[in-house]
Amino acid sequence: MPDSFKKKLKLKVSAINNGTVIDHIPSENLFKVISILGLQKVKSQITFGFNFESEKMGSKAIIKVSDVFFEDDEINKISLIARNAKLNIIRDYEVIEKRVVEVPDKVIGIVKCFNPKCITNNEEITTYFNVISKKPLDLKCKYCEKITHEHQMMIK
Amino acid sequence: MKKKDLISITDYSKEDYLRILELAADFEKNPNQRLLEGKVVASLFFEPSTRTRLSFETAINRLGGRIIGFSDAGSSSVSKGETLHDTIRMVSNYVDLIVMRHHLEGSARYAAEVADVPVINAGDGANQHPTQTLLDMYSILKTQGTLDNINIFMIGDLKYGRTVHSLLMALSEFEKPIFNFIAPEELAMPEEYKLFLKEKGIRFFEHTEINENINHADIIYMTRVQKERFMDPIEYEKVKNVYILKNNMLNDTKPNMRILHPLPRINEIHPDVDKNEKAYYFTQAKNGVYTRQAIISHILNLK
Repeated sequence: MPDSFKKKLKLKVSAINNGTVIDHIPSENLFKVISILGLQKVKSQITFGFNFESEKMGSKAIIKVSDVFFEDDEINKISLIARNAKLNIIRDYEVIEKRVVEVPDKVIGIVKCFNPKCITNNEEITTYFNVISKKPLDLKCKYCEKITHEHQMMIK
Repeated sequence: MKKKDLISITDYSKEDYLRILELAADFEKNPNQRLLEGKVVASLFFEPSTRTRLSFETAINRLGGRIIGFSDAGSSSVSKGETLHDTIRMVSNYVDLIVMRHHLEGSARYAAEVADVPVINAGDGANQHPTQTLLDMYSILKTQGTLDNINIFMIGDLKYGRTVHSLLMALSEFEKPIFNFIAPEELAMPEEYKLFLKEKGIRFFEHTEINENINHADIIYMTRVQKERFMDPIEYEKVKNVYILKNNMLNDTKPNMRILHPLPRINEIHPDVDKNEKAYYFTQAKNGVYTRQAIISHILNLK
């Protein structure tokens, strides 16, 4: 991508007055991140872009949400699918804080239990996992008590 | 006060186990105690299990309680498509306690969240069957006089056998157990349980055949090797006759040794073992009634 175009693109999706920039999202998970954070219901201005070149990730996505500041509990939900996401908190066009996401101790909803015989895959029930290992990620289902490993993880 | 349920054996502490075992001994001495007089218990068997259901219903009857319920999902509203949630919500309005068995894993935990009354898990798929574990513990305590320093041989399907997993977790709460696992490679004890024992510093040994090692056993816990567990039927044919306990193998076993089996057995214990005084599996099933009386009394604070 030529530098001039890159700059233009950056301008297109950047520059929010106040709000949160979520960077380094894997491109393929952009819409899952939007859904997990419930951004489709947010009334303020949101810009996002994906398939940006990234030295570290190959391809990344970015979301800029005006006038929204996330609580840790809320933003950590995306850690399961955007492990290296970085947050920039913006006030008056300035980055006033940088944050990384952390895998929470409990994962409620979001992930599907890998066990087809689990009650959560057979009836309308919100899944609930205790995180027993963060790296690699191992989630123990509160219901069937089986462990969903990282490579088996599917987002609901 | 928060209601007590029994969903998974690890929900209970060592103190709870001991309290229930003490109550079971009391019920064995005096089985007819009408502590459930005027109470109604739901016995919901979404999946048929004659043995477990009769054991529970006998326990409830001996306590003087009344029973409502069904013995298979075909005769309940489930066959009309009602969700577990709705069945439990409805039944929970009628009764003082729910005993349930269901083929889906985690169903009992979910039912306990939905119900206003206590729930006892009588088996949720391949997951948990805690009342079996407590009756196994009662049988060990009764025959060995203690739950400490037990050398136990678990034989058969140690991969899918939920009874051996729960018993392993429960016995690990007591002093210095020694575990011996005898299973075909395909049905070996899963790594997570071996890791659990290692972390607790508990000794265990793995063997691939039944041999003179069993002479060290205090308890031999037999389980069924089920044909449907094998991907390759040839593998099943190879091992199906390897894990059969015969009377002539017991000659040099310890005098205090007893053989347990959650039943039903197919061919893994030869019928010639039945007359040996070390065969304990039928008495073990009888102990199930006293243990379930004890569990119900503990949960409803009847004693």
